[in-house]
Amino acid sequence: MGNDVNIGYLTLSAILFGVGAIGLLVRRNALVMLMCIELMLNAVNLTFVTFGSMLNDITGQVVVFFVLVVAAAEVVVGLGIIVAVARRRPGATADDLRVLRG
Amino acid sequence: MSSLAVVLAQAPQTTVINLAPGAGTPAADPNAPIPTPPVLWAALLPILVLGIGGLVLLTISSLLKKGAPRGFYTLYTVMVAGLSMAAAVPLWAKVNGWTKIAWWDFRDLWWQSLPTEAGPFSTLGQAIGVDGLSVFLILLICIAVILGSLLSDDFLLREGLEGPETYALLLFSACGGVIMAMADDLIVLFLGLETLSIAVYVLAASHLKRAQSQEAGLKYFVLGGFSSAFFLYGIAMLYGATGTTNLVAMKDFLSRSIPANNALLLIGFALLLVGFAFKVAAVPFHAWSPDVYDGAPTPSVAFMASGVKAAGFAGLVRVFVVAFGQYAADWQPIVYALAVLSLVVGSVLAIVQNNVKRTLAYSSVSHVGFILIAVEAATPAGIQAVLFYLASYTFMVVGSFGVVTLVGRVGDGRHSLDDYKGLGRTNPLLAAIFTVFLLAQAGVPFTAGFVAKFYAVIAAVDAGSTVLAVIAMISATIAAFLYLRIIVAMYMTDSDGRSASPVSRAERIRIPFATGLSLLLCVLTTVGVGLLPGPLTELSAKGTPSLVREPARTATDGGLTVGTTGTEAAPGQSQQQG
Repeated sequence: MGNDVNIGYLTLSAILFGVGAIGLLVRRNALVMLMCIELMLNAVNLTFVTFGSMLNDITGQVVVFFVLVVAAAEVVVGLGIIVAVARRRPGATADDLRVLRG
Repeated sequence: MSSLAVVLAQAPQTTVINLAPGAGTPAADPNAPIPTPPVLWAALLPILVLGIGGLVLLTISSLLKKGAPRGFYTLYTVMVAGLSMAAAVPLWAKVNGWTKIAWWDFRDLWWQSLPTEAGPFSTLGQAIGVDGLSVFLILLICIAVILGSLLSDDFLLREGLEGPETYALLLFSACGGVIMAMADDLIVLFLGLETLSIAVYVLAASHLKRAQSQEAGLKYFVLGGFSSAFFLYGIAMLYGATGTTNLVAMKDFLSRSIPANNALLLIGFALLLVGFAFKVAAVPFHAWSPDVYDGAPTPSVAFMASGVKAAGFAGLVRVFVVAFGQYAADWQPIVYALAVLSLVVGSVLAIVQNNVKRTLAYSSVSHVGFILIAVEAATPAGIQAVLFYLASYTFMVVGSFGVVTLVGRVGDGRHSLDDYKGLGRTNPLLAAIFTVFLLAQAGVPFTAGFVAKFYAVIAAVDAGSTVLAVIAMISATIAAFLYLRIIVAMYMTDSDGRSASPVSRAERIRIPFATGLSLLLCVLTTVGVGLLPGPLTELSAKGTPSLVREPARTATDGGLTVGTTGTEAAPGQSQQQG
């Protein structure tokens, strides 16, 4: 694969990572924040695969499987916590969670 | 973005050299069996005991129809953690070259499966390393689990939340922490970090009757996921720069070749440090910690402040001080800044808090600053100081939160400074115990806290960071004020001037057996280590980390060949000054 293509993929993954990070900071909906974390993790997956292809090394692709499993576990736990919060306060956004401050 | 593209355009020329043993694509016969690394099960035993212990606990609890007898879950958790410690003792002996400790001779156990020569070793394709650091931290994390589960016992009964969940989560989280302590591969480190964190997110949200607890869980989860993503991106950058995720191979690569353009490497360092700084709650990545400590169930906070931090520092020391010791000049300034900020911000913000749990959260941030100045030294003495600090801090902080658990009373909500007024009169014993822990955290002589701070400052001065040591001592003085503020509230004020009236039953707090046992252990250790620091100092001196290459295997039998083990010493004389 050409080098330019790889650079393109790396740039794309950096952009995706940035979109996820900024989205997490500006969006107030808990579900969207969860999706932003997923976006960041998958952007990193793309980086791993691209580096694996550039280095002609299998590790970069194997890592993706580990990350996918971790991301799945994170979603399960995150949704569980969001449901627990939503049951107490339906429609809560991040701004409504302000019992703890100081 | 364009500068990044320029950096990356030059990356392949410098990184295509692949020196990682085992990594890379073996251009072999595609029909040949995939080579699998030898597994030393004895070395993995501490991890397996904790993980399987948690699963078995969940299975048992679902089979018991009438619920478990009182105290069963706590006893079980303590036993599993104890077993894990017992499984770590032969490893400790192997690393130090002993064949028996006291009356316990290991040679008839699974000893045969371990490598023949003494010293640190690695297994599973050098993804798991057994050395002084990892065994020391296995013991420490298991102690944190034992103390935390003892605190949880009466707490869960009092709050009406009895069940196996807290204990199973403690075990899973400890399992992740132990994986982190043993990881010689960045991906294994990441998996350990996530196992640890995901269990702790749930622990933080596990008080179903308090809205604050779920809020704490959600905040911890969102910010934790955010920082994990940064951590992973850092691993990806280091992989791109060196062609491997294995720390041993990475260190080999970096000592043999200097990347012409090491921007990828430096970005990787910075992103990894963000991840670690978040996990140990160093300023400016500490924002979650007061909220989470305030909202989460208090016994879980005790584990978060001890076990989770210990695992985080294990990873930090192994990755930066040991594997990237050669690049100390590049990462030391960042750790320096983190240390100064944590010390100053932690101790100053702790003073203005009115909630004792929040105060302790900020004080733990300033303790992190102290440990970071020992990390910044990047010397063997610094690592020893880190381990000593972590060990003594575990007992101090679990003890403090143990007292807070009791004073919080039913509902786990009475944590304001006003609730501590007159505690010296109503509950003299509890107030006296709390005073010991607070003085120890302040660093008063004849307590463990003093010795720990002493070693950290000495390590910093020896490494030439005198300014850092001075800042640390000034902030310790500021922090002393906040501990004294709580002590003054307990002894010298009374909420409504009833000092003459007899103490009513409602004011008296009963100390339950399990909590009392945990507090007793913490007090004895805190004072004992302060009076006799020798044994713990020796132990932490033996906790040296090292990255060991796995011996090459002969092609025929897959057995181990002797003599190819290359031991990389802990960073020492060849350290470059920043």
